[in-house]
This record gives sequence, C-alpha cells and structure tokens, in this order.
Amino acid sequence: MSTTIEQTATPTGTWNADTVHSSLAFEVPYAVATFSGEVTDFEVSLTDGALAGKARIASLKVKDENLETHLQSPEFFDAERHPELTFISTAIRREGDSVEIDGDLTLKGITQPATLTGTITGPAVDHFGATRVGFKLQTVIDRTQFDMKWNMPLPNGEPALANDVTLKADLTLVQEA
Amino acid sequence: MKVLAISGSLRADSHNTALLRMAAEEAPRGVELELWQGLKEIPPYDADDDGVPGPATVEALRDAVRAADAVLIATPEYNSSVPGALKNALDWASRPLATNPFRNKPVAVIGSSTGAFGAVWAQAELRKVLGAMGARVAEVELAVGHVHERVDEEDVRAGLRDSLEVLVATAQPALAA
Repeated sequence: MSTTIEQTATPTGTWNADTVHSSLAFEVPYAVATFSGEVTDFEVSLTDGALAGKARIASLKVKDENLETHLQSPEFFDAERHPELTFISTAIRREGDSVEIDGDLTLKGITQPATLTGTITGPAVDHFGATRVGFKLQTVIDRTQFDMKWNMPLPNGEPALANDVTLKADLTLVQEA
Repeated sequence: MKVLAISGSLRADSHNTALLRMAAEEAPRGVELELWQGLKEIPPYDADDDGVPGPATVEALRDAVRAADAVLIATPEYNSSVPGALKNALDWASRPLATNPFRNKPVAVIGSSTGAFGAVWAQAELRKVLGAMGARVAEVELAVGHVHERVDEEDVRAGLRDSLEVLVATAQPALAA
C-alpha cells in the first residue's frame, strides 16, 4: 500500500539510497551471450535535484573468483589505483515516468559525460511511513574510453568481449527525515 | 626501489641474462636490480603439488616477487613464443590468482634474440600472460635483434635506461608526475 505524492517534478530535498533495495550492475556481450556482474558497496544520494553516486570497485561481484581478480586488475578496473567509480549529475529531465540524467561518469580515473535514461517511480510513502522514490536507469559506455581494452579473439577472428557495456542502476532512495 | 630481474634463459652465457646485468649497470639512482637465479630449480607445474606452502623453490620465487617493488623480465623466444621454463615459473607464481605476488606488481618485459626481431612475439605473449595474472604491465618495448653482434652497444644501453625509466614511472606514478 503506498500513496503517490507527486509525479511530475524531480524530487527536492535530500534522498539517500537504501542499498539493500538498490543495485548497480553491468552487462556486456561476451562470445555468444551476456556477461554480467554488480558492485555491492555503493552510496547514492539525490540532493536538491542533483544525483551523485559512488561505488567501491573492490566490491565487484561476478560468479567466479578468478574473473573478479582479473576484473579488478590493471587490465580492467585497476582497483588498486582507482578504487571508486563516481557519477555526478549535471541535469535531470523528467517527463511523467520517464527520466534522463546527464552527468559525469568517472571510471579508472577517466571522466566522460554520460546520460542515464529510464524511469522514475514515486515519490511514495512506504509501509513504515518513509517516503521513497525509485529510479531504474541505464546507460551504455564504450569501455575502451575508460582504458579497458582487454580482448581475446574467438576462433572466427571476432573479439570475445564487446566494447559497449550497459551500466544499470536500480535505485530506491529514501527521503531524509 | 628494488627491481627483481628475471631471465627467461637458463644458459650460462645467455644474452638475455647479460642484458639484465647491463640493465643493473644502467639503473637510475635509487634503483637496485637483483638477478633471480632460481629458474632451473622450479619443478614442472603440477596441481597435485600446488598446496600451501608450495614447493620451497616456488615459495622462494613468490617471496622474491613480493619483496620487489617491480620486476624486469628479459626473454628469449622459442618457437615464436615464451620459453617453457619461464612460463612454468610464472604459472606457479600465479597461484592462487587472487593473492598471487604478481597482482598489481609493475612489470616490464624486454627481450633479445640472435635473429632480426628481438623476441617480439615472445614478449607480446609474456605481456598477455602477465596481464592475465593481474600484473601492472609497463608500456616498455625493447627488442634487441642480432644481439650477439650488438654486445655492449650504446643504443642497447640507452634502450635499457629508457625501459627502466618507464618501469620506475609505472611503479611510482606520483614521483614521475
């Protein structure tokens, strides 16, 4: 049971991610299918209409320990020297349930503009009385623009790993009391 | 700064070992090269022997890598690739991957051959292997072709000085900046 408060403007005030009910994930075509993973240690806040997020690369999880090690190595994220991914919005546009967020994405010490697109739900009051707003966002980045150039050729000569990576953020933000 | 120098050749009069000795003479102030001489004692990799601790000679290699600030490898080229003994030693050192001493370790690869190309293919494969192990592979390329005719040439020494400079900068980016 929830009560819809407003559905036309970007929420004002201060909102922080409930990380248990939020996720940051990536998907990238690998060989014939999609390889995916997530970061579990992050924080996201929406303050007076500006979205800011920070994620610890050390918390990157995929379904194989050796792959996690490889992803955190200098060939990929270089977690030792660049322990965090950050996103800071520069503009948020909302039309009904659709939202577009321009901002600066920093990964491996390299900052590039990125636009997150998706949907916004709420704000709405939850069953404990807190006010929540949901964002379901994604963007596609070219990993080679962030100095992640690793690849291996398949037997047919095609590269095993695609350069375009989809980043997904499914966020529940709770309004500060 | 301590650099562990590893030769991929076992031959007493190895050109690649000589190259590393020359590199020690050309090392910049504050950089000390130590030649690792345990390659011949590393047993063939056998997962059945890959326990904790591993064979004593393997543990000695792991300790030497761990104690070094950076690693310089000089490789010959056998059948267009990395010599088996060197690859075998790296395979041992890389286990287990998540805690292996080469993880994030700055490493430079150089090489020489009596042919025209200076072990370029072995070097490329070695860089690939080190990347997979999680090493921080320095952007060094020194391929000394016709090495038997070029002993002690100034341009070889200059190439070694440049290679060490890049390795030091890779290991200590704050000092290089």
